[in-house]
Amino acid sequence: MSSPSTPAVETAGLAKVFGETRAVDGVDLVIPQGVVYGVLGPNGAGKTTTIRMLSTLLTPDGGTARVLGHDVVKEAEAVRSRVSLTGQFASVDEDLTAAENLELLARLLGFSRTQAADRAEELLAAFDLEKAAGRQSKTFSGGMRRRLDIAASLVITPDLLFLDEPTTGLDPRSRNQVWDSVRAMVALGTTILLTTQYLDEADQLADRIAVIDHGKVIAEGTTGELKSSVGTGALHVRLVKAETRPEASRMLTRLLSAPVFQESDPFALSVRTDDSERIAGALGELARAGIAVSDFAFGRPSLDEVFLALTGRPAEDTTADQEEDAA
Amino acid sequence: MTVTSEATAAQGAPNDALRKALTSQIRPSRPNPLTAVRVSAWRTMRKMKHYGVAVLFDVTLMPIVFLLTFTYLFGGAFAGSTKEYLQYFLPGVLVQTVVMPTVYTGTALNMDITRGIYDRFRTLPFWQPATIVGSLLGDIVRYVLALTTTMAVGLALGFRPDGGVGGVLSAMLLLLVFAVSVSWIFAALGVVAKAPETVSGTSMLVMFPLVFTSNIFVKPDTMPGWMEAIVNVNPVSNAATAARGLIHGDASGSDIGWVLLACAIITVIFAPLTMYLYRAKSRS
Ligand SMILES: Nc1ncnc2c1ncn2[C@@H]1O[C@H](COP(=O)(O)OP(=O)(O)OP(=O)(O)O)[C@@H](O)[C@H]1O
Ligand SMILES: [Mg+2]
Repeated sequence: MSSPSTPAVETAGLAKVFGETRAVDGVDLVIPQGVVYGVLGPNGAGKTTTIRMLSTLLTPDGGTARVLGHDVVKEAEAVRSRVSLTGQFASVDEDLTAAENLELLARLLGFSRTQAADRAEELLAAFDLEKAAGRQSKTFSGGMRRRLDIAASLVITPDLLFLDEPTTGLDPRSRNQVWDSVRAMVALGTTILLTTQYLDEADQLADRIAVIDHGKVIAEGTTGELKSSVGTGALHVRLVKAETRPEASRMLTRLLSAPVFQESDPFALSVRTDDSERIAGALGELARAGIAVSDFAFGRPSLDEVFLALTGRPAEDTTADQEEDAA
Repeated sequence: MTVTSEATAAQGAPNDALRKALTSQIRPSRPNPLTAVRVSAWRTMRKMKHYGVAVLFDVTLMPIVFLLTFTYLFGGAFAGSTKEYLQYFLPGVLVQTVVMPTVYTGTALNMDITRGIYDRFRTLPFWQPATIVGSLLGDIVRYVLALTTTMAVGLALGFRPDGGVGGVLSAMLLLLVFAVSVSWIFAALGVVAKAPETVSGTSMLVMFPLVFTSNIFVKPDTMPGWMEAIVNVNPVSNAATAARGLIHGDASGSDIGWVLLACAIITVIFAPLTMYLYRAKSRS
């Protein structure tokens, strides 16, 4: 059985192979209970495969995994009774209404007819779907569908909830609704393991993060630890005259106490820093020194930049979109 | 200039409804298999209800087109007169009416698997084959609708069942049993197929020979010997013969016995196979 000190997830050398692809290639993780744990990685990193093994949907090819103290292979039933999964792609019945979907799952979990109807109503209210209760879920927007999908995972409040890319493809408003639910759930004692392609999201929600690539964990730590290894922000500056770049570079290095990268564009510079006050000062200094700036931007590093920092090479086939550009 | 700004405004007060929903402590014991089957059948029927008349259209259009073209185009040639042919043909069309839509069971099952709800089902504690059995049974509604509509059209065209209401009802009952058995074949196909389109495509390869090399359309005694032999062992022919017998009040016990035997054989092979394939699916 599991006490509060039993890790929510504990894996050793967890592996899954599909033909030639080593989708998960020796993952070691220890996730304590009561936290939001983020698994960050680009497309094809092995996030979904890992989560499917942990939620007993897929049998591992190597290594071991214990979830809340139970082996995912030998004690799959016990694991299933305590965890819930909201998959990357909607897994509700599109032909049924929102209410019917929730009632169906409640009934299959053993709720009586009236209990199931009550529970459906409760969950619809919790996820702001009351007005859409009687609509077929195929008519739902992406955000509504996501919320219904999460609600469907909570018919019985799980001890551990897996959320596979819960906000990919959502607009900022819907994304915030999902984030709020995640915060509320963890506050009420559910441990959450979420995967994401966005550093920003992991940063907002997760207490600890594992970065995975090609099926391997390449970095692990609290958000603070990862931040200091990568830097949370980057200042991008574009100069009016390319010949002022060496001088600008020297000044920014001194003013921001951080290394300055000369970008391939001869007019552009970037500095990894998150100190917005010093940035404002530094930009002022540049102006006073007669170095004209045509454009500048301050944003969080994209997953690409994290990867560059962690692995020294760009992440392949990454579709990390820069949401800060939309602000 | 672009600045990182999280839309923090929406991070409002803790949502009471959410709190209430998350603190629910109901932990029921697992449903018994019968309940799970009933719930799954309910699901299939709800879906049908949402589709509304489209369901009826889907399942009756084809048989009615066949009924009209065969009766009025070939009826005279096949049986001497249109009226005469209808008396022979209508029970056969009823078989076609229930056998064709059995493919839907396979398509629906495959959709569940490919669209992801299967993942959710698999993590729930109920008797897993219930979703399959339930959808098979829920589809009976579809068959009843199809049979009733086709029968009504037949009566309007002048079909007269010599076996009366009792004969018609017992024929329909037999055909429902037959349809449920046949739907196991497509359920198995639905589990192994990669996509719903594959199910409907492949099903047609099975369905057309099954329906056409039967005695639904014409009596086999004018066919070459080898063909007659094939037609006579086709369970669809047995079903048509039995339905004809019941509807016209001259069914023999062995006509019905053969159909039930065929149903039993199909079910005994395909039901366990489907369930086995379903359980084994994608845990690799
Ligand atoms: N069923 C499968 N058969 C074959 N290959 C698979 C299968 N599932 C995953 N893979 C491969 O395993 C690798 C990891 O896939 P996975 O879906 O776990 O990545 P991911 O991190 O979830 O990516 P994404 O961000 O795109 O969802 C990929 O190369 C993928 O093509
Ligand atoms: Mg994935």
